[in-house]
This record gives sequence, C-alpha cells and structure tokens, in this order.
Amino acid sequence: MIAVEGLSVAIGAAPVLRGVSFGVERGQIVGLVGESGSGKSMTALAVMGLLPPGAKASGRVALDGTDLLALPEAALCDVRGRQIGMIFQEPMTALNPVQNIGDQVAETLVIHRAASRSEALREARRRLDRVGLPEGRFPLTRYPHELSGGQRQRVCIAMAIALRPQLLIADEPTTALDVTTQARILDLLKGLVEEERMGLLLITHDLAVVAGMADRLAVMRAGEIVEQGPVADVLRERRHPYTRALFEASAHHPGAEARPGDTPLLQVQGAVRDYPLPRTRLFSRPLPFRAVDGVSFEVRRGESVGLVGESGCGKSTLTRAILGLEPLQAGEIRLDGQAVQAGQRMPEGLRRKMNVVFQDPYGSFNPRHRVGRLIAEPFHLTGRPADADARVAEALDSVGLSPEDRHKFIHEFSGGQRQRIAIARALIIRPELIVLDEAVSALDVRVRAQILDLLADLRARLGLSYLFISHDLHVVRAITDRVLVMQAGRIVEHGPTEKVLRAPEHPYTKDLLAAAPELEVPT
Amino acid sequence: MSGRAQLIVGGVLSGLFLLAAAVSLVWMPHDVAALNIADRLRPPGGPYPLGTDQFGRDMLSMLMVGARSSIAVALVAVGIGMGMGVPLGLLAAANRGGWLDEVVMRGNDLIFAFPALVIAILITAVLGPSAVNAILAIGIFNIPVFARVTRGGALSLWTLDYVLAARVAGKGRARISVEHILPNIANLLIVQGTIQFSLGILAEAGLSYVGLGAQPPTPSWGRMLAEAQTMIYTHPLLAVLPGLAIVLMVLGLNLMGDGLRDALDPRLRRAAR
Amino acid sequence: MLRYALSRLVSLALSLLAASVVIFAVIEVIPGDPAAYMLGLNAAPETVAALREELGLTGSLWARYLDWVSGMLTGDFGLSYTYRVPVADLVVQRLGVSLPLAGYALALSTAIALPVGLWAAARRGGPVDLAVMGATQLGIAVPNFWFAMLLVLVFAVKLGWFSAGGFPGWEGGFLAGIKALTLPAVALALPQAAILARVMRSALIETLGQDYIRSARAKGLTQGQAIRRHALRNALIPVLTILGLQFSFLLAGAIIIENVFFLPGLGRLIFQAITQRDLIVVESVVMLLVFAVIVVTFVVDLAYAAVDPRLRRR
Repeated sequence: MIAVEGLSVAIGAAPVLRGVSFGVERGQIVGLVGESGSGKSMTALAVMGLLPPGAKASGRVALDGTDLLALPEAALCDVRGRQIGMIFQEPMTALNPVQNIGDQVAETLVIHRAASRSEALREARRRLDRVGLPEGRFPLTRYPHELSGGQRQRVCIAMAIALRPQLLIADEPTTALDVTTQARILDLLKGLVEEERMGLLLITHDLAVVAGMADRLAVMRAGEIVEQGPVADVLRERRHPYTRALFEASAHHPGAEARPGDTPLLQVQGAVRDYPLPRTRLFSRPLPFRAVDGVSFEVRRGESVGLVGESGCGKSTLTRAILGLEPLQAGEIRLDGQAVQAGQRMPEGLRRKMNVVFQDPYGSFNPRHRVGRLIAEPFHLTGRPADADARVAEALDSVGLSPEDRHKFIHEFSGGQRQRIAIARALIIRPELIVLDEAVSALDVRVRAQILDLLADLRARLGLSYLFISHDLHVVRAITDRVLVMQAGRIVEHGPTEKVLRAPEHPYTKDLLAAAPELEVPT
Repeated sequence: MSGRAQLIVGGVLSGLFLLAAAVSLVWMPHDVAALNIADRLRPPGGPYPLGTDQFGRDMLSMLMVGARSSIAVALVAVGIGMGMGVPLGLLAAANRGGWLDEVVMRGNDLIFAFPALVIAILITAVLGPSAVNAILAIGIFNIPVFARVTRGGALSLWTLDYVLAARVAGKGRARISVEHILPNIANLLIVQGTIQFSLGILAEAGLSYVGLGAQPPTPSWGRMLAEAQTMIYTHPLLAVLPGLAIVLMVLGLNLMGDGLRDALDPRLRRAAR
Repeated sequence: MLRYALSRLVSLALSLLAASVVIFAVIEVIPGDPAAYMLGLNAAPETVAALREELGLTGSLWARYLDWVSGMLTGDFGLSYTYRVPVADLVVQRLGVSLPLAGYALALSTAIALPVGLWAAARRGGPVDLAVMGATQLGIAVPNFWFAMLLVLVFAVKLGWFSAGGFPGWEGGFLAGIKALTLPAVALALPQAAILARVMRSALIETLGQDYIRSARAKGLTQGQAIRRHALRNALIPVLTILGLQFSFLLAGAIIIENVFFLPGLGRLIFQAITQRDLIVVESVVMLLVFAVIVVTFVVDLAYAAVDPRLRRR
C-alpha cells in the first residue's frame, strides 16, 4: 500500500537519510529500529511531508501508486489525517492544552469535511470509547492536563485514527510511558491494526518492543537501512554486524562478579515522606500526600540492590531522603550506623561516604566549569587534598577516559562519556555507597551495555555498594544481587534478583514482568 | 538582520554616545553654561555644527552633556535594580515556596503597581524635583524586573541535576547560588540589563521632559525637548535633534541586547553549529 | 473558576491595602508636617494650625489613615487646598479625558499590533517579517512625547488636519472630542504597538514550535489552520501579560502626553498639584493611578483563566 523507494533527505548539504526503501501493507506492522540520531523519525516526517524547514527529500514515497513527494502542500494536507495518521513520542505535549479532547479528536473529521461538527463529536465519542477512554470517566469536555500520559497517548491515537487511515505511523509511542502502560498501548495498537486493516509503521529504539508485535523489521543506522526482513528471520539470523551488536547489547549481562559482605551499610527503617498538597479550600488545612510510606530495607557492604517502580511510585523521593536532601516525617535512615539528616546538619564525614549518579547526562554538569573542576566538586566535603590533580586523573582513568580530558568542557562529550564523567565525580572521594538514579535510562543500548560493564567492574575492584534505582526490570537483572519492588510509596516485594524475576509473588511484580517486553530469539 | 550584525551596529551606535558622553567630561566645542544671546537660534554650520538654541547655546555640546546625564541616570538605575533585584531573586529561588520567597514576590507585585512615573511623582511631591529623583524612581522600578528575571532563571536551574550533585557534595544554598546559579543566568541578566538601560534612557527623557528629572541649568535631552516645544513651529530642528539622539541611543542599545541574546543563548549557538 | 476568581479578589484587596499604606506613608509621614510643607517656609503658625485642623491632621497617624481610607471608600477624597473644591469632583472631571485617552490608545495599539505580529510570524524570515521587525525595532526606540511633537509638527502645523492641542470637552460633541484625542492616542499607541507586535510574533513563533502544532499538522491542518485553531489561543497567554503591563505604561504615558497637547486630564492636574504643593490632590490621584493598575492586573488574571483551562481548577 505504501512503498518508500530510495528516499534520501538532506538538510542543507548534510545528508540525513540515504536511499531508504521499505513498504507497509494493510494489516501489517513494520518495525523501524535504530538508535538516537539514526534517522528513523526523519523517515516518518518525510513520509508525512512534515520535514523541518530546510530539509529536502528525494526518491519516491508512493501511497497506492501516488508519489507523495511530488504532491503540492494542499493535496498533502488532504492525505494527512485521512489516509495517513501519526502519533508521537511525547504525549504530555502532543495535545493542545487549551482545547478539550472532544474538539481535538473531532477536528480531524471537521478539517477533512467528513462530518458536521455535531456528527464529528459523536464519532469522536466512539473513537475515544474504542481507544479505552469510556464516556463515564472521560467525557469529551476533559482537558489534556486532567489526563495521565498513557491516557493522553490514547487521545492522540483516537485523533490519528478518527478517519480510519490506511497507515498509522507511531514514532516511539511508548518510550515516555511506564512499562505497564506501554504494554496496554501496544495491545491497543495491535488490536486496531487487526480490526481496521490498517498498516502500522512502528518506530522505536527498543528491539524488544518490535520483536513482540511486528511482522517485518527494518534496522536503521546513520540514515540507512542496514537490514530488513520478516521479524523472525532478522532476529534469528542477524546477518548485519550492527543488528548483532544491538541484539547483544539489549540482552547484555556484565561478567564481573562481586562478593557482597554481611555487615549493613545503609539501613532504612520505616521511612515516611509527606508532601503538602495544594490547598483545595481557602481556609482548610491541605491534606498531605504520602510519597514514601513506611519503607524499610538495607544494603550490605559490597552489595548491589535494585529499587524498581514506575513513575510516581516514590522511588525518587526516597532517593533524595537517602542522599540527605529532604527530611523524613517518620522513621530513620542510617549510613554506616550514623543517622542521615537533611540539609546542613548532616556531618560532612558521613556525607562523603555516599555519592550519586543521575539520569540526565546533559543536566548533570555545570556547563561553565571544566571537567577537572566538575569531578573535583565533592572535595568540598573532605577539603581539597594535596594530590587532588592526581586523584582527578586517576578517577578519569578508572572510568575509561583520558586524564587530559579534565581540561575540556562538558559539551565536548557524548551522552555515554558524560555518564562516565558523572561516575568519576561520584568516585573521587572514594565513597562506600553509590546511588545510581536511573543512571543508564537515557542511553542507547550499546552505550548502556558499556556503562553497565564499567559499573560491574568498578564494584568488583573497589568493593562498592550500589543502590540502583530504575524503572526497568531488565537493567536491574544485569547488575543487582537483590531487588526491591516499589508501588505507591511501599515496598511490595523484595528478594534476590534472579528469584524475584523468575518467580514473582506479588501481583504488581507479576504485572511489571508481564508488561516488560522481552527480547527472545525466535525459534 | 543577523544577530552578529545587530550586535555590531548596536554596539557602534551606543558606543558613539558613550564616547560623546565621556569626551564631554574633558572637552566640548562650546561652554553650555554660558548664554550667548548674540548667537541665538543659529542654523547649523560654522562654529556651531548643529546650530544653537534660543539662549545661544551650542546644540552639539548640549547633546553631549545630555548623553552624559541620560547615561548616568540609566546606568545607576540599572545598578540599583541589579544590586537589589538579583540578590532578592536568588534568595527567593533558593527558598522556593518558603516565606522569604513569598515576601519577595509580594513585594515585587506591590512595586509593579507603581509605574516609574508615579514613583517619581511621589518623590517629587514631598522632596522637590531633582535628578536624583529620576535615578531613584527608575532604579526602584527596576528592582522587581531583575528580581523576577533572576528568580525565574534560577528556579529552572535549581531543578537541574548538577545543583543536586552540588547539594550531595554538601554545598549550602548560598554557595550554590553564587557558584552554580549566578554564572549560568549571567547571560539572561546581561540581556535584561541592556533592555533596562534603554528603557531607563527613555524614562529619564520623559521625566526630565515633565520637569521631574534633571533641573536647569543641567542640560538633558528631555528638558531640551521641553524647551524646544514652544519653538517647534519656527525652529523644528531644536526639537528634532534631541529626539533623534534618544532614538539612536535606545535603538543602539536594543539592537545590542538582541545581538547579545543571540550570541549568548547556548540553544541558538548549538543550532548554529 | 469561582475559587480562582475569589483568590485573585483577595489578592487584589491585599495589594490595594498595601499600596494605600505606602502612599499614605510617603505623603503624610515623610514630610513631617504636611500642613507646614504645603504652606511653605513663610507661613504664619496660626495659618498652619488652621490648615492642619482643616486637613484633619490633628489625630493620630492611625486615625488619619483610617479616615483617609474610609473617606475614599465612600467617595470622599478630601478638599483640594488650592482649588477649594472636593478632590473627587476634580478627579472625576479630569478622568473624563484621561480614561478615554488611555482606552483609545490601548484599542489602537492592540488593533495594530496583533494582526501585524501574526502576519510577521506567519511569514517568518520573509521580507514582511524583516520589515515588521525593523519598523518595530525603531518604534520601540521612539519616546512617545517626542513622537507626539512630530505628529503636531506634521498633522497640525504643516497639514492642519488636527488642532495642535486643547480639548473642546465632551459637551462639544463626541466626534469633536475623539478628534482632539486622536493625535495623542496615536502618539501613545504606536510605540506600544511596536512592543506588542514583537511579543505577539515571538509568542506565536514559540507556539508554532510546540508538539501539538505538529500533531495538528499530522491531522491534516494546513499551516494557516494550525495557527488559527491552535497557536493563536496559546500565544494569547504571554500577549495578555504584556497587555496588562502596557496599561500601566499607557497610563503613565498619558500623563506625559497630556502635557504635549495641553489636555485637561489627570496629568495636568497632578503636575499643577505638585507645583502648588497640594498634597491632598497628589495623594488621591496617585492612589487612583495605582488602583487602576491593580484592577487591570486582576482583570488580566481572570482573562488568563478564560484562556487557559489549567488555571481554572486552582
């Protein structure tokens, strides 16, 4: 139905896509997989005719024989929404915040003159029902800010399929969502493909997502499709080295082994953290929101413990309390036997026993300081030692960077390198516990595998303890001895990682595991 | 116009006026204090490149001294605004949601309800007119502007991970504000500073025009306009020249502000690469 | 929505209260004895005492403040010392000029700026956009009172289309009044329109880069439809903020412009009052100006809520 032939896109003189060819048939799901910057989103925008200004496309994008690249803008507007629909990665910002969802879904019909406004609203109601937003809880008059991320993505889907297009393009539709939500959205898409006989071009960075639902798979790198075919063949044969590398990185398990000790290092005892909610009435006391609700666990010396939960479960709040950044309302946290307290009251000698690596490799560093100064910041706790420069060089060396890198600024490094620098900063004062807050979540799979290797190696060499916070069960499997599963402020299950993942007991853990897409070699 | 061209044109324009003001401190074509009725209302040319006013004073010299008072008033007013507003904004952001934040923000709102002219009227009503009034009025008006810009910029930085990392390294709010927040909002403040500088020049002209700013015999652009108003039918040049001076100076500063914004904005720089 | 409006109303009342305290403190406390100040250095002690009696300066500060505020609430602004008439009458009469002038200018500036900003944003980077950006850059740099003088020079002196100043009063007919206010309103409006057009343009351009515009385009909307149906309303939020701020600039600007055109408005009143040290008039007019700014802020806050559903819940 749609055939892309030799599609090339250049922005100015720089080629972004080179000779991309693939096709999607009705009722078929085609997965387009690649790392960030591989050109997969650009491919989708080229098909839609929505390339950014300055980008030039050549080649052929034939929809039932008509070349879309040759169509004038007015005719393209007629194709978009009617014959091809599209949904995007960020559901939080993809909807107009000042228009209600009914009008936004109905607009697709109104704009194509497919229905009068009242008919369009009735159809919008049916489409919203179909995507799992029933009238009772989700009247047409709801505004986007009243919905969760998953619900907003459903509205986007309703918007895109309102006119029953032949082709739906979904660009990373579930990347911003939690795993359980992701599973439901993917189910919905799959059902729609079968029911409406439409084609689905599913763009993702996650091989496991496509492996579970696509019919065909195309692997993209640096603007080119390096390999494509029926999904089972591609995954089984992995002819191209890049496909092989991606596949291996996705299921990576670091080799280095460490022996955890028996003495407790971090002890959390009945921790409670409340936040005041905004006032609902002018003169009544606002009710608190309990983000962390009586959490207890411990991390032993040399042990790596995973803390897993979906967004809003309280894991970030708990992390901040452990780091002594926020106070607890009840319970206590002890590090090496001493109480952790928020703010300046915490003794520096205690603070220096732990450090942290954050998720965002871009926001983690003051862009105005050189790497040497960035890494040396924790010396604030110990006083700058005489051999500070040597220690900075040593830290850089231990994370696989050159000591000369200390003279550079942070913008000169890639995301993976920045995470190495963040680890170097955490290591510099030789802490005993490192808190890794979604430390590999923002990285591409191959870079992630390298960082996981580095972490495992450092732990084995330096006898570090990790508290590894993540939303991703598979990452946790690769690097932790024990795992804690958190839901709505409570720890609902804990135990040795392998055991919890193999035989989960709590229904929530089971849900999480069932929802997480797993990459298995088809037989 | 590209950001670079704006920066250059704006820099040259405002640089010229700064230079004229600086030169006027040591040398002027003619003495502006001496009245010379014999040479009154001369057209441009000869010893008076821009002509003379109704008191026989050299227009070029008057404009040079006018630049001096305009720049002095606007600069000190920006200094007051930054000196008070930036620390208040940093303090408010560091204590987000606390009572200090609340007090600073409510105080801001209150000052915002008093336009600079109204402040000047209040001061003049009880203390009498003077150039200091103009400085105070514009300076007070600048405080909430800088406080707000600082707080807004600082709040977005406080959520960043590198600030968290600094807190994990045991650094206090004050130290983080100075070491991590201030340098990263400096661009914002420089751009806002040029905007407030140009607004200050406009405001000073307005205040001295209605007699709430510099007092005679000190020449200022606004007063020159006020004095020229009755002569506008016969000698329009007297009203055109000081006005043009204001327009060019303000235009230069605004262009420079826009150019600086482009040059300093890391987002734009990244896009350009 | 009601809760939001109520909370804004409370903040309006608090702002007014705080502003009245500030004004009272500046006018009646800083000078020491306002009566002595108003009469000058050479006044006889008996005259000062009499004026103090007349102004009600005999009570405690607290009582005087309450007197002043309760007087204002009932429409009694005191007696002008120089004019010997109730300040309220003076102010109402002058408001008849100043308020229409500010409103006229605001309407003009909005009517010019919003379409121009929209036009420039829709043709971003093109010749129209460049021309608009250049013109507005210049417009921002022009002091409105100087622009007013140029307008007089061209349209009153050279062309003779308008009179150079003065106001016939509304008794002379609506059109005559509007005509007399036209040059002053244009002088006020154009520099403000330049600012507003730039804000409109950049707000629209910012909005056009948002994800929901891409969603709308993916639904099949043309760029124009996306602007009209989605971008405009979202861009209105920053525009409203500037519009509210502009009101206070227009008000202050009107005071100065009235001087250029010899209009009998609040501006003339307040400058005369300053020279004559008529503190009662200064106090009342300043309070009125600040009141206007605070009320406009309140109205803008309500307008936000009308535009943005996210605010209504609060």
